Amino acid sequence: MRQNLSILGAAALTAALSVSSARSAESADPIKLTLHDWSGQLINTKIMGSILQEAGYNVEYVQADYIAQFAGLKTGDLHLAMEIWETTGREALDEATASGKVVNAGETGLMAIEEWWYPAYMKDRCPGLPDWQALKDCADEFATAETSPYGRYVGGPVTWGGFDEERVEALELEFEVVHAGTDAALFAELESAYQRQDPIVLWVYVPHWAPSKYDGEFVEFPAYSPECYSDPSVGVNPDMAYDCGKPRGPIWKAAWAGLPEKWPGAYDVIQAYSITNEEMSAMVGKADLEGVEVDAVVSDWMAANKDRWSGWISN
Amino acid sequence: MKVHLTRQAAICWGLVLATILLGWFGRDLAKALDARWLVKVPPSWDIPFNTYISAAMAWLMEEAAVGPVSFTDATRSIAWLIEQPYELALNLLAHGFLFDPGPEPQVLLPAASWIAVTAAVIALGHYCRSWGLAALVGACFAYLAVFGQWDSAMVTLASVLIAVPIGAGGGLLAGIWAYRHPLGERILSPVLDLMQTIPIFAYLVPILFMFGFGPVSALVATIIYATPPMIRITIMALKAVDPEILDFGRMAGTTRRQLMWRVLVPSASQSLMIGVNQVIMLTLNMVIIASMIGAGGLGFDVLAALRRLDIGAGFEAGIAIVVLAIAVDRLSQAFAERIGQAHHTKPGSWAARNKRTVLVLCLLTVTWVLGRFSPLLLDYPQSQTITTGAFWNDTVKYLNVNYFDAFEAVKIFFLQWFLLPIKKTLLGIPWPWTIAMLTLLGWRAGGWKLAALCGAMSALIAVSGLWAKAMVTVYLCGASVILATLIGVPLGVLAALNRRAGIAINLLIDTLQTLPSFVYLIPVVMLFRVGDFTAMIAIVLYALAPAVRYAAHGVRSVSGELIEAGLVSGCTKWQLLRLVRLPMALPEILLGINQTIMLALSMLVITALVGTRDLGQEVYIALTKADTGRGLVAGLAIAFIAIIADRLVNAGARGARIRFGLES
Repeated sequence: MRQNLSILGAAALTAALSVSSARSAESADPIKLTLHDWSGQLINTKIMGSILQEAGYNVEYVQADYIAQFAGLKTGDLHLAMEIWETTGREALDEATASGKVVNAGETGLMAIEEWWYPAYMKDRCPGLPDWQALKDCADEFATAETSPYGRYVGGPVTWGGFDEERVEALELEFEVVHAGTDAALFAELESAYQRQDPIVLWVYVPHWAPSKYDGEFVEFPAYSPECYSDPSVGVNPDMAYDCGKPRGPIWKAAWAGLPEKWPGAYDVIQAYSITNEEMSAMVGKADLEGVEVDAVVSDWMAANKDRWSGWISN
Repeated sequence: MKVHLTRQAAICWGLVLATILLGWFGRDLAKALDARWLVKVPPSWDIPFNTYISAAMAWLMEEAAVGPVSFTDATRSIAWLIEQPYELALNLLAHGFLFDPGPEPQVLLPAASWIAVTAAVIALGHYCRSWGLAALVGACFAYLAVFGQWDSAMVTLASVLIAVPIGAGGGLLAGIWAYRHPLGERILSPVLDLMQTIPIFAYLVPILFMFGFGPVSALVATIIYATPPMIRITIMALKAVDPEILDFGRMAGTTRRQLMWRVLVPSASQSLMIGVNQVIMLTLNMVIIASMIGAGGLGFDVLAALRRLDIGAGFEAGIAIVVLAIAVDRLSQAFAERIGQAHHTKPGSWAARNKRTVLVLCLLTVTWVLGRFSPLLLDYPQSQTITTGAFWNDTVKYLNVNYFDAFEAVKIFFLQWFLLPIKKTLLGIPWPWTIAMLTLLGWRAGGWKLAALCGAMSALIAVSGLWAKAMVTVYLCGASVILATLIGVPLGVLAALNRRAGIAINLLIDTLQTLPSFVYLIPVVMLFRVGDFTAMIAIVLYALAPAVRYAAHGVRSVSGELIEAGLVSGCTKWQLLRLVRLPMALPEILLGINQTIMLALSMLVITALVGTRDLGQEVYIALTKADTGRGLVAGLAIAFIAIIADRLVNAGARGARIRFGLES
C-alpha cells in the first residue's frame, strides 16, 4: 500500500537538501517501513517516516503482519520495522538477526510493561489489592461458573508466553488461566466486564489505550529478576521458579541488513530516533479514544518537536 | 437376507456403542492397564515432519533452479505479471496516477471520481439487465460514499477485479480439463482438497517468500483459496448436462472445441454461475486475512477498528464488504445472463450504439477536469458522511449489560449437554481404536482403497504428534457441522419452496458468508467470553452457507415429472417433500454438508483468535513464530481430516444415490 504523505511541502525538500549534500549520493529508492494494525505502531512508524522524508529520503509504507514481516525484512522486500516488542517479538527477532539478514537498530525508547491488571472497582471487593497476596484470599471473587471455585485470569494469546500457569502454581494462587486468542479478544473481555462492573483480572500491557480508557491498576507481584525465572530457590517459593512478576523490556527497531549500506545516513537517523512512553500513551489516547486521525497526530508531534528531530538528522 | 441385514445392523450398533463406551472410560482403562500409550501417542514415535518441510522449503527458496532461472526468479516474475493490471486498477480507482521522482509526488491524473464510478456501475447494471438492477448497484456504491468507506472500498474492489477473473477463469479451464480427462479429475481432487482445507495462515510465510511482500502475495493467497469451488462446480455442471443435448451437438457435427464452448458450457452456465458466485464470496471473505499481509482496504479497516474495540466502525467496514459483494455478485450474474442471450446489432455509429459508455466516459473526463477546481467532484466530502457506529456500540453494550445472564445460561446448557460430552468421548477413545474404526468405515463405504486412505491418513496424524489437537479439531468442527446442518438444510428447503422466503434467506446467507467473521467474533466474545462456545458460534455462522445453498439447489432441481407423478398419486405437500423432494435432493444435500465441513475446517484458524486449543491454534502459533514446517504439518493434518470426511461423505452419497435408483 503506497501512501504518499503530502503534509510536508516543498519547503521540506529544500530544507532536507541543505541539511546534507552527502545524502543525495545515497539511493533514491524508497525505504519501506512496515505498518501493523495498532495505532501506537502506526504513529511510531509514521513519525519515523516523516523524519526520514525531512532528511530527504523517499519513504513507502507497507502493510504487513507483525511476525510475517520478518520474511520480508530478510529478503529486503521490507526495510524497517519500528516496533518489535521485547516481550512478544524477541524470539522472532533473535532468529532473524541470527540469520545475518536482519539487524537490530536499537531501542525506540519505549518500555513495554506487561502484568496482571484489574479495574479499580475490584478494590472494593478485594481490599488488599494491588498487593498480590490479596489475590490468595479473594480468588473466589474472580470466579465464573466455568472456573468456580477458582478465580478466572484471562491471559494473552499462548504465543505471548508469559509463564502465567507457572506463576499461578508457584505463588499458590487459586486461579485458572484462560487464554484469549488475540489482543482484540483480550480487550473485548475487559470491555464486556467493565460495562457490567463484573470481576475480571487480565493481562494488560502498555503502551496501550486501555489503561487510559479504563480505571484500574497493575497487580504488584514480587519484582522480576532473571534468577527468579531460572532458579527455583530464589523468591517467595523456595521450591519453584516463576514466583515473581513479568519482565519489562524495551521495544526494538529492526532493519534489513542491507539498509545501513544502502542508506547509511538514514540508518544513523533511525538509530538516533527515540520517544518516551508518556508521549506515546498521549498520542495513542488521542488517536484511539478521541478519534483524531493518525496523520494529524503525527504532524502535531512533528511540529511540536522540530528541534529534537532536526538534531537526529544533523548528527 | 433379512437375518443377514439385522446381524449387520447389530454389529454396527455394537461398534458404535463400544466406541462411545471407550470414549467415556478409555482413560480409566488405560490407567488400569498401565498403558498410557493407548490414549496418548508416545512422543518417541513422532516423526519430525516439520523439520523436513522447513529444510525442503529453504532449499526451494535458496537453491532450486532450472538452468540459470532460479525458483524465486520464476515466482517473482509471476508476481510482476499480476502486479501490472493490479497497479492499473488500483491507480484508476483509488490512488490516482502519480509521477514520483522525489518525496513530493505529482498527481498526473487523480483517481476516478466517485461520481463517475457510481455512474459507471449504474450504466453497467442497466446494460446487463434493467433499471432495477441499476438502482440496486447504484445504491450500493452510494452507500460506500455516504458512509465514508469509499477509499478503502476502492482498494478492495481493485483486488477483487483482479482476483475474481483469474480465479473463475482458471477454475473453469481446470474444471474442463478434469472433465475431459478422468485422470485429471483424480489428480485434481486431492489438490483441491488441500487448497481448500490447508488454512491460509499455514502457507502465508512461504507465499511471502515466493511472491514478495505486498498486495500481490495477498492476491495469490486469495486466488488459491477462492478457486477450488469453481473447479468442483465446473466438473459437476458439465457432467450434469443432459446427454441428449450432447448427442445433438455431436450430430450437428461440432468439433471438440465447439462442443465444449458452444454446447456444454452454455447449457451448464446456470450452475457455473454458482461457482462464480462462490469465487466472489470467498475472495471477499479473504479480505481480512489478505489485509494482514499488505492488501489494505476494507479488511484493514475492520482489523484496525476491532484492535481498538470500536465495534461500530468494524461493523460498518464489514457491512461495506457485504455491500460490495452484493453489487459485484449481482452484476456478474446479470452479465452472464446477458452474454447467454442472442443480440441484435443496432445500426448507427459506435457512439450511437454505445450511449452508456460514451456518457460514462464524458462524466469521467468532466469530473477530472472540473475536479481541479472543486474537490467535491473527486472525493465525497468527509463532512457529509454519516456513521451508525455509536448505535452498534450501544446495542452490544445494552445486550451485554442486560442479557448477559441469559446468554450465560444458554452457553452453559450447550456446553454441558452438547459440547463437553462430545469432547470427552472423542478425547477418550484410544487412538488405535479410532484408526481401526475409520479404516473399517472406509472399507464399508468405499472398499479397500478408501479403507487404506482413511487408515494411512489417520495414522500419519498420530505419528506427527498432533493427535490430541486433531481430536479437539474434530470435536469442534463436528459439533458445529451438526448444528449448521440442523439449521441450514431446513432453511434451504424453505428457500426452494417459497420464493419470498428464498430471497430473504439468500440475502442472509450472502451476508453471513461475506461479513468478515472477525466483525461478529469480537461482540460474541463480549457476550460469551473466550472459549469453545464462542468458536462454535463463529464456525456455525460461517459454515451455514453451503448447507443452505446446496439443499435449495437440490430441492429446486428435482425433475418436474417426478413432482407431477407424486401429485397424481395423491401425495400431500408434506409427503411430497418427505418422499420425493428430499430423497431426490439427498446427493446435493450431502455435497452441501461436505462443503460445510470444508468451510468449518477453514474457519479453525480464525477461531484460534478467540483461544481454542486445536490444530488451528497450532497453525496460528506457527505463523507467529514464522515456522514454515510446523505450520504446514498442522495444516496438512487439518487437510487430512477434511479429506477423510470428504471421501466418507461422498461414498455415503453414492450409496444413497444407488439406493434411490439414481445411479447404478
